[in-house]
Amino acid sequence: MTDLTRLSAAEALDGLARKDYSAVELTEVHIRAVEAARPLNAFVVETPELALEQARASDARRARGEAGPFDGIPIGVKDLFCTKGVQSTASSRILEGFVPPYESTVTANLFRDGAVMLGKLNMDEFAMGSANITSHFGPVVNPWSPGTLAQHDEAFAAEGAAAELVAGMGQPRPRQEWTFTRKLVPGGSSGGSAAAVAARCVMAATGTDTGGSIRQPAGFVGIVGLKPTYGRCSRWGIVAFASSLDQAGPMTRTVRDAAVMLRSMAGFDPKDSTSVDMPVPDFAAALTGDIRGLRVGIPREYRMDGMPAEIDRLWEKGVEMLRRQGAEPVDISLPHTKYALPTYYIVAPAEASSNLARYDGVRYGQRIDGTSLKDMYENTRAAGFGAEVRRRILIGTYVLSAGYYDAYYLKAQKVRSRIKQDFDEAFKRCDVILTPTAPSAAFGIGENTDDPIQMYLNDVFTVTVNLAGLPGISVPVGLSADRLPLGLQLIGRPFDEETLLRAAEALERAAGFEALPPFMAGAV
Amino acid sequence: MSIDKATVAKIAHLARIKVPEDEQERLAGELNQILHWVEQLAEVDTEGVEPMTSVAAQTLRQREDVVTEGDIRDQVLANAPDRAAGFFAVPKVVE
Repeated sequence: MTDLTRLSAAEALDGLARKDYSAVELTEVHIRAVEAARPLNAFVVETPELALEQARASDARRARGEAGPFDGIPIGVKDLFCTKGVQSTASSRILEGFVPPYESTVTANLFRDGAVMLGKLNMDEFAMGSANITSHFGPVVNPWSPGTLAQHDEAFAAEGAAAELVAGMGQPRPRQEWTFTRKLVPGGSSGGSAAAVAARCVMAATGTDTGGSIRQPAGFVGIVGLKPTYGRCSRWGIVAFASSLDQAGPMTRTVRDAAVMLRSMAGFDPKDSTSVDMPVPDFAAALTGDIRGLRVGIPREYRMDGMPAEIDRLWEKGVEMLRRQGAEPVDISLPHTKYALPTYYIVAPAEASSNLARYDGVRYGQRIDGTSLKDMYENTRAAGFGAEVRRRILIGTYVLSAGYYDAYYLKAQKVRSRIKQDFDEAFKRCDVILTPTAPSAAFGIGENTDDPIQMYLNDVFTVTVNLAGLPGISVPVGLSADRLPLGLQLIGRPFDEETLLRAAEALERAAGFEALPPFMAGAV
Repeated sequence: MSIDKATVAKIAHLARIKVPEDEQERLAGELNQILHWVEQLAEVDTEGVEPMTSVAAQTLRQREDVVTEGDIRDQVLANAPDRAAGFFAVPKVVE
């Protein structure tokens, strides 16, 4: 039988429909893959029993002819989503042990359509980071990190009772051990989601994207990451970071899978006041392969000083791939691009400082006692939040404080209007916009940590999209000189994910990215 | 605008995060670095520009003023670090 972990979700749905295998079989294979991938530290919680229970229910539904559009697909869920009865911490110490008595709307929608959950995925603490190094549960390792595979034959190593046991099992089982020679980051904040999808231990994962947290890690591990239009997916039950920017989306191995999964995640939700009451289209039906006449905007301001030449070349190749299929490149200008990151680092910390005020050691999570109520608050929050989260709360508190509000927060919200106007103007001349996803390939764990701004620059190409509330997708297009994945980003008009996905699939097909990471869950 | 040790102490208190005195100097440096960087926004002409309040033009929906969820006291309290007699419990506030 083919290795089921190598299938795309769409292929697996076909196989399940043909009864080539059951959801339980598919899930069992992936439970073993999750175990094999533990060196990546991608999971915060594994939920194999829940997965098997959901898979059995999926098989029963299919037998009754009631299978949903995502029925039986084993996924991972970013630890930012509250999942009923399963610890949800946003990878923060302050929420360690928190078990929600409710289910986030997005995961509830996925379960309604039949998804099977293998576990909760590691991430930057409260989604604040671009390298998955701020998690309370430790960094995630990019499966593209270089390493060596040593093979041990357990039969020779075993002695006494163990040897009999091995002999009793018939064939000696070779034990393979993977050693990383250099550990690279998977990007962030959805680093666990990215690593798990790329290493083939889940077929797809949920991510969230506030400044690039789906697209940048997708680019770093060679998968597809889609941030939908703000308002497309409900934020209810997702731990809030910056509420005017946060948006959930799919992380998958193909554009088609992203289209199929988004359909199951999206939808109007009265419990989120910014959820948009609009029908959810059949996104996969938009993948016609025909992009003739599509106008592709190329923003000149995204050609940055000091950007590696290979990123620039990849971008040019991407333009050519779309042109050859009948698309028409158009030079456009987004003049306020350079102000997007500074705007973000006022707006996002301001909203975070307000959202994270709820972690007070009273209603849930950790408490560190003190001499008074106020002292307890201060101790709890000092011990419960990591350094990057503390830094952002303090910045946010400062820019919102009396006397500084106009100079920082109000100014940033005005510049944000300018950034949105740039896109409104650009979309009069083009249908989608093509840019690099990130200014570099994955870097080593521990690099770019001395200077917070150096780390923030990872999101220079993605953050504009959040500020303007647009949909954006990263597609793997090539490899760097160091054989690391590089992605290109497509940006679409609000609520036009269909055109965006159609263009992304055309890019994906032309790029033909088939390289696999050195560390594969199925192979170890 | 520049942040000194005293300002760090003040905003840390506003944010209810204890920052030991020997960390205030270093934090002031980090925060100043970020603030100086974001201050480049002053270059942008925003004369007559409305501040963005929402990326999608929408008005808040209203709903019937009825209880949609209730009688779940034990669920609400289930994750509390301390509780007593069906309430959240905190250190003594009034002597």
